[in-house]
Amino acid sequence: MTRILKKTELAPKIFEYIVEAPRVARKAQPGHFVIVMADERGERVPLTVADFDRQEGTVTLVMMVVGTSTAKLARLEAGQSLYALIGPLGQPSEIQRHDTVVMVAGGVGVAPIFPIARAFHETGTRIITIQGARSRDLLFWTDKIAAVSHRHLVTTDDGSFGRKGLVTEPLREILEQDVQRAIGCVYAIGPAVMMKFCAKTTEPFGVKTVVSLNSIMVDGTGMCGGCRVSLRGQTRFTCSDGPEFDGHLVDWDELLSRQKIYAHEEKCSLDRYVEQYQAAREHSTTSRTCP
Amino acid sequence: MTEKRRRSQHRVPMPEQEPEVRARNFKEVPLGYTPEQAREEAGRCLRCKRPLCVLGCPVGVDIPGFIALVAEGKFAEAARRIKQTNCLPAICGRVCPQETQCEAQCVLGKKGEPAAIGRLERFAADYERQHQLVEMPPRAPRTGKRIAIVGSGPAGLTAAGDLALLGHDVTIFEAFHKPGGVLMYGIPEFRLPKEIVEQEVEYLCRLGVTLELNQVIGKSITVDELLDQEGFDAVFIGVGAGLPAFMGIPGENLGGVYSANEYLTRSNLMRAYAFPEYDTPIVRGRNVCVVGGGNVAMDAARTARRLGAEHVWVLYRRSRDEMPARAEEVHHAEQEGIIFKFLCAPVEYLGDERRMVRAARCQEMELGEPDASGRRRPVPKPGAEFTLETDLVIVAIGAGANPILTRQTAGLELNARGYIAADPSGRTSRRAVWAGGDIVTGSATVILAMGAGKTAAKDIHAWLTSGNGVWTTNAAGT
Repeated sequence: MTRILKKTELAPKIFEYIVEAPRVARKAQPGHFVIVMADERGERVPLTVADFDRQEGTVTLVMMVVGTSTAKLARLEAGQSLYALIGPLGQPSEIQRHDTVVMVAGGVGVAPIFPIARAFHETGTRIITIQGARSRDLLFWTDKIAAVSHRHLVTTDDGSFGRKGLVTEPLREILEQDVQRAIGCVYAIGPAVMMKFCAKTTEPFGVKTVVSLNSIMVDGTGMCGGCRVSLRGQTRFTCSDGPEFDGHLVDWDELLSRQKIYAHEEKCSLDRYVEQYQAAREHSTTSRTCP
Repeated sequence: MTEKRRRSQHRVPMPEQEPEVRARNFKEVPLGYTPEQAREEAGRCLRCKRPLCVLGCPVGVDIPGFIALVAEGKFAEAARRIKQTNCLPAICGRVCPQETQCEAQCVLGKKGEPAAIGRLERFAADYERQHQLVEMPPRAPRTGKRIAIVGSGPAGLTAAGDLALLGHDVTIFEAFHKPGGVLMYGIPEFRLPKEIVEQEVEYLCRLGVTLELNQVIGKSITVDELLDQEGFDAVFIGVGAGLPAFMGIPGENLGGVYSANEYLTRSNLMRAYAFPEYDTPIVRGRNVCVVGGGNVAMDAARTARRLGAEHVWVLYRRSRDEMPARAEEVHHAEQEGIIFKFLCAPVEYLGDERRMVRAARCQEMELGEPDASGRRRPVPKPGAEFTLETDLVIVAIGAGANPILTRQTAGLELNARGYIAADPSGRTSRRAVWAGGDIVTGSATVILAMGAGKTAAKDIHAWLTSGNGVWTTNAAGT
């Protein structure tokens, strides 16, 4: 069991957890992920490590409620425990000094990108961050990411904060202005569609673009192959070979379709969970009024 | 009566669930002997002076000894007799390939059916457990030596049990959230109820074994750290094979195409068969193709049937005679309506607009010259192809060596296929590190892994108590 020390609601349906996991904290590096389970019946959910404190023995995770398993996680409070936490898993980011690196974070992607940006920042690399969200209320960690960036741009789909539009627009402009070819690489982490279009944007410029894939997984140790992804026809496992890959090689349409394999089941499961949860709440309200 | 049965050429049949009933549930298929049936079957044993059956057992269980106790009605004593050499009898009685081991050697088998050793083993173990007669065997005085077991599958559990009895301080590290390894994630409930695995693990914990779940050795902790920082005197690696093999044919990454590892892990460990009571989903196919002819293929096919498939085809590239699956598993599968298509293999999967599999294009084969395994090699028949409409494909063509641990352990010699090189006692090229089971041999059986765990435990004990600390090994990589 892994104790939750602190829980913060960063935005609607987006939660930050600081959990007690000394062994994971000792080994965690930017780019790694862990697998968590809310309870014995829950799914094994992969979450990229958002931060870690080796001294304190803690790991920070950020997750957004999208289905039953994450809804269950969202109900856990500080002082309670995760049923399981396994990691760190996957290959760490390749951190090396460049002149400039562009970090593109979409939605919750700002969480996994933070430790990577910080690690590059510590090498003396100039960091330009483009942080995008659907709207202002879904933005979080802006100060945290700005503190490790030399330039920090924000876009929202609805224009409620920063520039109106998608992250790919400032990304294209930055690449167009980079006549001296100072940009060593681009990192893009966020929803698969956003990563796909970031990779498409950077491809004509020939700038290496690293993405962190969010494939469906079970064990997270290379044992099941459920997270397989095609890189120019070569099959790789996101959990053990990734989760970071060269975005220009990824077969995005395959990834997107594999993410939707269980769309129907996930919806049924969540509807059922919400119904049960509401029924349980109504029941507890009624029983309070009845002697 | 005993004399009469002794002459009987037929073993006492074991009651089982009717095929049409069991194909719709996940309960165990064979129901086990009653005490009367067990005594009757035990009475058939000839109690040979030089029992050949024991030679056929990879761990050397005293088979005539325990069968004699069953015949006398001393069922718990029979279980304890088995446990002197095999700490997991309820499991072995169910999943060992007895027909090629102990029972293949039985003298009764020359004229009729051999004694039903597996069924009797299962009966004795179940009886002891169900009647709460399990006794803790005496444990040797504490040695103060600490041993780390990596992996809680059959090899690890056996090594842990033997070493704990010898007085050592044993900790098992398991990557999953439940212990048992392949017994938990691989073998389905209808063949090995998970409750039995849980109780066998519980027994080890009562023996004093410590269990650390959710620890991926090579990631959370390395083998070097276990020895240098965590204070272990020896490490036994029994992590299993654990890398699914795919064929590399077009369409294999379509939705609805699974490795057997994934399909079975979802259903068994994550209990996707009970979705939505459990949260992990699984594709429920109506027309299912299972590729491969081993026990894992049988487990996958029978699971798919229970999850509502109308048609389940097992596609095997050789003929029935070459199938590696146990005869009993094939028989059970056929009873449940699984259709075997021999001498064919998929060459391509076709998808629909959602990129879910909709058909398998298959190539017919014929048998050519024997290959390195001694089996006749399947050769494609030119122009002979057919297409099967299918919405679920399970690839069960074997496993390779998972590199997570070995990649992180410097100086650990591997063979050409990536498995750990170990000498006959399980010693690896690394001082104080032993290995056994599928990570040494490649995919094999539960009992062979148990045998390897047992052999290594004996050698670990000898090395730790000899006191000279000199490490010699014949393990050599290639």
